Amino acid sequence: MTALLEIDDVAVRFAVRSNLLTEIGLMPPAVIEAVSGVSLKIEAGETYGIVGESGSGKTTLARAVAGLHHASAGSIRYKGTELRGLPESRFRPLRRDIVMMFQDPVGSLSPRLTIKSLITEPFRIQGMKDRDMEAEAARLLSMVGLPQEFAGRHPHQLSGGQARRVGVARALALDPKLLIADEPTAGLDVSIQGEMLNLLARLQDELGLAIMIITHNLNVVRHITDRVGIMYLGKLVEEGPTEDIFSSPLHPYTLALLAANPEPNPDAELQRIELQGEPPSILNRPTGCEFHTRCPFAQADCEADTPVWTATSTAHNHRCHFPEIWNEQRQPTEHAN
Amino acid sequence: MEQTLKTRGETAQIFHHLVRDPLGLVGLAIVSIILLSALFADQIVPYDPVALNIPDRLQGPSLTHLLGTDQLGRDTFSRMLMGGRVALQVALPTIAGAMSLGLLLGMIAGYGPRWLDNLILLFFDTIRSFPTVMFALAVVALVGPSLNTVILVIMATSIPTYGRVVRTLTLSLKSAEFITAEKALGATNSRILGVHILPNVLGPMAVIAAMDIPTIVGLEAGLSFLGMGVKPPTPSWGSLLNDGYSLIRNTPWPIIAGGLPLIITTLGFTFLGEALRDVVDPKLRGRGGKK
Amino acid sequence: MMAAPVLDIQNLSVRYTTERGNLQALRGVNLTIPEKSIVGIVGESGCGKSTLISTIIQLLANNAKITSGDILFKGESLLDKSEKQLRGLRGTEMSMVFQDPMQTHNPVLTIGRQMIDIQYRDPLSKADKRQRAAEMLTLVGIPDANQRLDQFPHEFSGGMRQRIAIAMALMAQPSLLIADEPTTALDATLEVQIIKRLRELQAEIGCSILFISHHLGVIAELCDSVIVMYAGEAIEQGSVRDVFHTPAHPYTRALLQCDPGNIKEKTRNLPTIPGEIPDLVNLSPGCIFQSRCAQTIPQCAVAHPEFHTSKTGHVAACHLLQPEVQAQ
Repeated sequence: MTALLEIDDVAVRFAVRSNLLTEIGLMPPAVIEAVSGVSLKIEAGETYGIVGESGSGKTTLARAVAGLHHASAGSIRYKGTELRGLPESRFRPLRRDIVMMFQDPVGSLSPRLTIKSLITEPFRIQGMKDRDMEAEAARLLSMVGLPQEFAGRHPHQLSGGQARRVGVARALALDPKLLIADEPTAGLDVSIQGEMLNLLARLQDELGLAIMIITHNLNVVRHITDRVGIMYLGKLVEEGPTEDIFSSPLHPYTLALLAANPEPNPDAELQRIELQGEPPSILNRPTGCEFHTRCPFAQADCEADTPVWTATSTAHNHRCHFPEIWNEQRQPTEHAN
Repeated sequence: MEQTLKTRGETAQIFHHLVRDPLGLVGLAIVSIILLSALFADQIVPYDPVALNIPDRLQGPSLTHLLGTDQLGRDTFSRMLMGGRVALQVALPTIAGAMSLGLLLGMIAGYGPRWLDNLILLFFDTIRSFPTVMFALAVVALVGPSLNTVILVIMATSIPTYGRVVRTLTLSLKSAEFITAEKALGATNSRILGVHILPNVLGPMAVIAAMDIPTIVGLEAGLSFLGMGVKPPTPSWGSLLNDGYSLIRNTPWPIIAGGLPLIITTLGFTFLGEALRDVVDPKLRGRGGKK
Repeated sequence: MMAAPVLDIQNLSVRYTTERGNLQALRGVNLTIPEKSIVGIVGESGCGKSTLISTIIQLLANNAKITSGDILFKGESLLDKSEKQLRGLRGTEMSMVFQDPMQTHNPVLTIGRQMIDIQYRDPLSKADKRQRAAEMLTLVGIPDANQRLDQFPHEFSGGMRQRIAIAMALMAQPSLLIADEPTTALDATLEVQIIKRLRELQAEIGCSILFISHHLGVIAELCDSVIVMYAGEAIEQGSVRDVFHTPAHPYTRALLQCDPGNIKEKTRNLPTIPGEIPDLVNLSPGCIFQSRCAQTIPQCAVAHPEFHTSKTGHVAACHLLQPEVQAQ
C-alpha cells in the first residue's frame, strides 16, 4: 500500500554567492544543499514531527513538500503522484489536499484583507465561487473557536493566538488530507500553546487529516506525534516512532537534544550530553559524518566515512556508524550519577 | 494592544486620522480650496480672463478688480483662478498616467523574472538620464507648445519615479510570508499582484503623488513662463509670472497672482502628503500607545 | 548590617498614555535582587516584563510615566539621578544582554574593535584592552580568542554572538546583568551551554543577574529565586524551589501545569489557561487574575489581594492564602 506522502532521498539546493561570472553563465554558482538525502513516509491520519535546530533545513523540507521550493533531487509522492517537477497548473488542484500553516501567524495573513475574506480565499482561489461565502466564513470561524464578529477585523488587530486560528481556518477550509504546520506554537505563550495543539488534535480526529509538524520543541513533539524525524545540517539523522526515539535514541545528536531539554523542575536530575563547539555552517559541511565535530562519542572512522541511512526492524532509521557502541559507553556513566 | 473593534471603511479611517492631525487638516483644507476653485473657476471668475479691456489696463487692486488688471486690462484675479484650473488640468492627468504606468511596470519588474526586471530598470534609467526641463523644451520646440504635449512629456519623465518605488515595494512584498501563504493556497500570479500586492503599494503611491503634484504644477508654470507651455492667451500661473516679470516696474500684482498660488499649492499638497504618510499604513495608525 | 541589595524596586507603578486612555502597565511591583544572586522573572506576553526592564535602565518610552514607587540601585534612587549619572551607570554598573544576538553587534566593525571601544572609560593602553577582550572571550568559551578578535560579527554563529554579547556585557564587571530572554533565539543544545556558562561567570565575577524568560525550564535550572508576573503585577515570588514545587498562586500553578515538560504521561489534550489577559486600560476592581481563575471566592471580585505568606514561606498575592480562608 502506498503511504499518503512518500519522500525519497530528497535534496533541495540553493545557489548562493552569485557574481558577474555566474550571472552570465561563465562560472557555476556556489550551491548549498539545505536539504540532503531525506527519506520518510507519512501515513494518512498520522502526525509526523520534524525536529531540528534553526537552519537544519526543516522549514525548507516542509516548503518543498508544499511545492514552494523546487526539490533538486529525489522524489516526493503524494498518493503515488510525483510532485517533484510538477508544473504549478497541475499542482494547483492538489493544493486542496496539501495545505500549509506558516511560522509567522500575523505576517502570513495579507494585511489589507478582512478575516472573512482571508478565510474564504481558498474557495475563490480554487474556483468554488458558487459557495455561500457568508456561511463558509461562519462555519470556519466557529470551527477554530473564534467569535463571529472577528469576520470584519484585520490581521493586525488580532493577537498571535487568534491569528494562528485564522491560519488554521484558512488551511482547513477545503478539507485537506495533509496539513504541514511550521512551528504552530512559535511565539505563543505556554498557557495558550495547548489550545492550538488541542485544536489541531481535535480537527485531526474530526477530519482524519495527516499532520506534518515542524518544531524545535521536543515537549510538544512527545505529546502529539506518532513518528518523529530529527534533522541536522539538512539531513535526517534519525527517524522513527516517537516512543522509540525518546526511549532509545540511535543517534548521539538526538540524545543531546533530549538531554538539553530544560525541565521546569529545579531539582531535576540532569544527564546532560556535553556537545563540543558550535554547529558547523552548511556552506562548509564536515567530512564523513556531519556530526563528528561535535559528537562526544566520535570514533576515528567518523571523520572519514559517511554513515549510511540504516533501517532497523521497528522502522526506526538512523544515520550513525556505531549506535550500539555509544549506547553501551553511555550506560555506565548513567548509573554512576 | 489594539482591542477596539473598528468597522469603518479604510477610506473613512484614513480621513478620520487625517483631520485629527493639524498638518493634515491644514493640507486638506488648502487642497480642497484649490480643487474647488479650479473645478468651479468658470462660475466664480468675475470677468472673462481673456477679455481685453485696454482702458482699464494696469490698475491696482480695487473692489471691481480684486488683484488689479494687466497690461491688456485683463482681470488678474480671474486669470489666477483660471490658471489654477490649467495647472490641475496638467497635474492630475499627468500624475494619473505616470502612476498607472509606473505601477504596471514597477510591479512587473519587481515580481517578474530577473531579465525583465533588468530590462525595465534600463528603460527607467534611460528616461531618468534626460533632464526633464531640457527634454520638455526639446519636444515642445519640435512639435510646438500645447497642453497635451506638456502633459505627455512630464508624464513620461515621471514614470520612473513611481516605477522604481513600486518595484522596490513589490520586491520586498514578494518574499513576505503572506505572499508565500497565498502561493501555498494555489493563488495565481495575477491574483497575488492584484489582490495582495497592489493594495499594499497604493498607500505609499498616494503619498508620492500628493508630494509630486506641486513639482508638476511648478514644471508647467516654468514651461509656460518660458512660453513653451500653455498657448497664450490661455492663462497659466507661469504666463502670469511672465507677464508680471515684464511689468514689475508698473505693478507687482500679476507676479503675486502667479507666485502666491504656486507657493500655497506646494505647501498644501506637501502638508497633505506628510500627513498621509503617517496614516496610510493601518499598522501605524493610532500610534502613541505602547511601543 | 547587611549590604544594600543590588536592586531594590519598591511599589513601582508605570502607566502609558494611549489613545484609548491610561494603560496601567505596572502596578505596585516589588522586587529585590540581593548581591551575587540570580533572580528570574517569568511571565507571558503582556505581563509587563519589557516595561520593567525599560524602567530599571531608565529608558522608558515618551508616553510612559512612573506614577509611584522607587528604584534603588545599591541603595541610591535611580529616579533622582541625572541623565549623565545614568549614562555612567549603564554599561559599567548595570549592563544588558538582549534576545537577538544577530542584531546586537555593529556589522562593519570587528569584534575586537567593538570590545576595545566599550572600554573607553578605562585608562588602559590599547594592547591591554585587547588583552582583556581576549580574556573575556576565552572566559565565555570562545577558543582562539586572539585570532577571533579580528573577525566581523557575520563570521560568528548565533550562539557565538550571544556569548560575545555576554562577554561585552560583563567586561566592565557590572554589579547587575539584565538578561532579556538571551537564549530564546538559540537552539536547545546551545541554550544549555550558555546557561551553564552564565552560572559559572556569575560565580566568578560575583555579579547579580536579572534573568527574564518565558521558559520555565531555563528559569528552574539557572535562577536562585523567581518572580512570577501577570498583567503588570508581581503575583508571586520566592526561591525557585518553593515556587516551582509548591506554587501558591493559582496562576503559577496553572502555568506550571501547562508546560508540556511537566506532563509525563503522553496526552493529546494539553492543559491551558482559558480566557485572556484583562484590558489594562479599563481595570476592574479585585484580583487581576479573577477572570481566568478556577478557584475564585466572592472576595476576589471586590478586593485587590494583599501579599500573603505561603506554607513554604514565600509570598503570593492571593485571597486564598489568608489564614481565615485557609482555615475553612
